Amino acid sequence: MTTPAASPAVVGIGLKPQHVPEILGSGVPLDFFEVHAENYMVPGGPYLRHLDQIRSGFALSIHGVGLSIGGAGPLDTRHLDRLAALVGRFEPQWFSEHLAWSSHGGAWYNDLLPVPYDNASLVRVCAHIDQAQERLDRRLLLENPSTYLEFAASTLDEGDFLAQIVRRTGCGLLLDVNNAYVSAINHGRDPWDLIAALPPDAIGEIHLAGFAEDRDAAGDRLLIDTHGAPVDGAVWALYRRTLAHLGPRPTLIERDQAIPPLGVLVAEASRARSALETRPVTLGPRP
Amino acid sequence: MSAADGLLESFAGALLDPDRPLPPGLSTWNGSAAAVRFGVYRNNVAVSLAGALADTFPVTRELVGDAFFDAMARCFVAAEPPRSPVLTEYGDTFPDFVAAFPPAAGLPYLADLARLELARVRAYHAAEAEPLGAEALAGHLGDPDRLPEARLTLHPSLAVLDSAHAIVSLWAAHQGRGRIEEVDPDLAESALVLREGDDAVVLAVGHGSAIFIAELASAPLGMAATAAAECDPDFDLAQTQALLIRHGGIVAWHLPGDKAP
Repeated sequence: MTTPAASPAVVGIGLKPQHVPEILGSGVPLDFFEVHAENYMVPGGPYLRHLDQIRSGFALSIHGVGLSIGGAGPLDTRHLDRLAALVGRFEPQWFSEHLAWSSHGGAWYNDLLPVPYDNASLVRVCAHIDQAQERLDRRLLLENPSTYLEFAASTLDEGDFLAQIVRRTGCGLLLDVNNAYVSAINHGRDPWDLIAALPPDAIGEIHLAGFAEDRDAAGDRLLIDTHGAPVDGAVWALYRRTLAHLGPRPTLIERDQAIPPLGVLVAEASRARSALETRPVTLGPRP
Repeated sequence: MSAADGLLESFAGALLDPDRPLPPGLSTWNGSAAAVRFGVYRNNVAVSLAGALADTFPVTRELVGDAFFDAMARCFVAAEPPRSPVLTEYGDTFPDFVAAFPPAAGLPYLADLARLELARVRAYHAAEAEPLGAEALAGHLGDPDRLPEARLTLHPSLAVLDSAHAIVSLWAAHQGRGRIEEVDPDLAESALVLREGDDAVVLAVGHGSAIFIAELASAPLGMAATAAAECDPDFDLAQTQALLIRHGGIVAWHLPGDKAP
């Protein structure tokens, strides 16, 4: 296995099965790949074989979409066991999950659903993260969500809620800059308010993706986090401002719908790399 | 139950049922009606889960058309949402649902075709196992007296389906092999499904071969062959064994008295 990339100025893309032969067959200017954990919870076959091959040449990020950390019920320990097995087998450099819920009463909804930002939710989310970090024996990066609705019951704003979670659990954060932008537009906020509220040292990875545009009942912009389009210009601008604030962070281009040829995603990742490398980085006192 | 439990309960309940009222306590920054925004979540759930079924059952979808399939899939999603976040496991009961779905009653072969597609997905993701080598196989086949008592372990990806309909021909026609107009859907066909390399292959086999292979799961070779011959006078044991071997379908061969593996 490769040594984990030491530099934070690294770029990757979400791994798609149709791109695997091309990736393995030729050099691609990428540092890491990210996979959805649940797609690899299979007994055997090509997915796992291909991921073994990818893992031998690249760093890996495992991104869970199934833990339902914001759920009302207890975590599914069977699912946590499967995650532990996957993380044990592939030894990813990063493991991340979402501030969201997706199952309730035993049913699984396959969407990242919104969490009320109140004290009861905070306590529950923190307990779930503690349990996951203990079982997986590693730090989890928690991703900020795209949301379309808010709850009257919320007493904290999203940035404070996430900062409290970091303080209480010691988890890290996956800052999805697209989600920050989408949620801000959808709720009439400034996206920078969220990013500025997050503890910079906790942010271990950045996601960039594209959205679709709709309108709400009042005719205001309603952005849908589809992962089905190129990264928007406004999100690139927010990303560059974020890098100026945080310094470089491992950055991933996400695309889960309307998957383009590999080269298109590599070009977007290269654009992220340029942003990571052109920013003046202060590494402490010069000799 | 805490307030948050109640909130998520009513949120979850309204996701799969557009006739249910919106959960209480939703807010929007501009005071716009929450229904449009809640509709994004409803749509995400329905479209993504119907999409997962479309991924597993592409030929079933082609046979009925996208609109029919998506409507049928949404009915299934509402009736039987996934119980696990592992979506490759979703849809085990979809073929049964299709069989009992009144609007699909005019296509009696549809449920078995869905079963074939489900077997392919299972085969694709099945556990790894090394097929038995040529030398070991030759040794066993060269000892005909002991063949009847042999118990075979077949590859974990392997499945057989016995249908009253032409499921293999229908499936093959949708892979560009054979013409769909020339398929008589009411002709009985049996299929052997297993993974070879990176592909889940579908092979047409005789009715007797399907019975033989299915029986091998619990019976020794001799009893399986007898059961197959009783059901199908055309059953050819040697040919079926050769087929299994050629496709790497046999992973272990046990004889009474063998040491446990």
